[in-house]
Amino acid sequence: MNTAQYKTWDEFMEGVWRQNPVFVMVLGMCPTLAVTVSAINAISMGVATLFVLVCSCGLVSLMRKLTPKEVRIAVYIVIIATFVTAVDYAIQAISLALYDALGAFIQLIVVNCIILGRAEAHAAKNPPIPAMVNAAGMGVGFTIGLLALGVVREILGAGTLFGVSLFGAGFQPWVIMVLPPGGFFVLGAWLLLFAWWARRRAGLPAKEATQHV
Amino acid sequence: MSDQSSTGKKVIPIVTAAPEIAVPVSPTGAMIRTLGLVSAICGLIIVGAYQGTYDAVAANKRIATERAVFKVLPKAKSIEEFVAQAGGGIARVGAGDTAIPPGGVKFFAAYDEAGKLAGIAAEGVGKGYADNVRIMFGYQPDCQCVVGIGVVAMRETPGIGDKIITDKDFLANFTALDVKLKADLSALANEVKAVKHGTKTGAWQIDAIAGATITSRAVGKAINDSAQALLPRLVPKLDTLAKKS
Repeated sequence: MNTAQYKTWDEFMEGVWRQNPVFVMVLGMCPTLAVTVSAINAISMGVATLFVLVCSCGLVSLMRKLTPKEVRIAVYIVIIATFVTAVDYAIQAISLALYDALGAFIQLIVVNCIILGRAEAHAAKNPPIPAMVNAAGMGVGFTIGLLALGVVREILGAGTLFGVSLFGAGFQPWVIMVLPPGGFFVLGAWLLLFAWWARRRAGLPAKEATQHV
Repeated sequence: MSDQSSTGKKVIPIVTAAPEIAVPVSPTGAMIRTLGLVSAICGLIIVGAYQGTYDAVAANKRIATERAVFKVLPKAKSIEEFVAQAGGGIARVGAGDTAIPPGGVKFFAAYDEAGKLAGIAAEGVGKGYADNVRIMFGYQPDCQCVVGIGVVAMRETPGIGDKIITDKDFLANFTALDVKLKADLSALANEVKAVKHGTKTGAWQIDAIAGATITSRAVGKAINDSAQALLPRLVPKLDTLAKKS
């Protein structure tokens, strides 16, 4: 693997792992908690966000030398809103049931801080290819985050995975997991797991000495 | 940005203290040019996406409506959309014509393979526990009764309110729910209503799901309101709908 390839891979993995939007940066919590009642919803939301991220970062990056800094936020928002509108139509064309399930959260991708954050912090300063690679990494990381929640909530709350029943008719679903509180429980559990694992990898003791004030 | 150097003149000099914070202001022309360019590109993308998906979206909506009607009227093979107007007339709604005249009630006439009327379907709305519950119900003119319901949209609690789709005992209410009109055809003879679980006495009553009374009531109210508005206008004109036009 030569350096250029390595850099690209690194750029991609940045969002997937080290700066994962859900588990590390804890950004975009609104769709994360709201739409992850099933794995298929989570994937659709993740892919929609991924598409908007990659396209808008590409265009922001192409326009970066033409964009006076005074109007940059307006430019970013217009670009992001455009791709969100395109995704909105695309999802309606693919499946109305999915469109109803995701509800207002498709339109709300416009104000997802992951996307505006990427445009401002990365795409505005880098050429299109690295910007899109970085955005794709973030999008994949976000999708993985949503899927991690969606799978757990669907299995526990409905006893199914991708709509396929896992435990048969005798299973009494743990309904609270597909209700809003379940989102917080599962997210909390994942964050705990990630923090614990990250500390272990860094060679730190699992438990920090309690600080008494 | 070749005119960048000339912008130096436009910098408003900061009088004292810290002249280094006097950042160059971009020329107005550049801002307008960029915003105009971005708007033009974005406009093209949006129009392209709209045009590109228009047919698929329209087809999806039609299929969704047909599916909802076929679910409540299993014998139906094709549907036509009508509006029962405030004055008592019935007008056909053409394809793509979405505007409903004020006071009109939309309904669907469903026809079987031979083109004979298989039933009428209409939507109703009732206030549920979380949000409005929108249902589609099938009406059978022969027995003057509701023969099936389906949910168009709801946000009821999973596992509790959403049992209205799955609960067999509840759905049994809608095999022949009585919605007969009064003799003068002005209103329903008996108000359709959900009653507490286990206290159903009349064929026009709905036995509510225990623990989901509010959602059950929403279904009752949705059917009642819609039937009260539609049936007095529809029943006198039923013979005009008997055959597929």
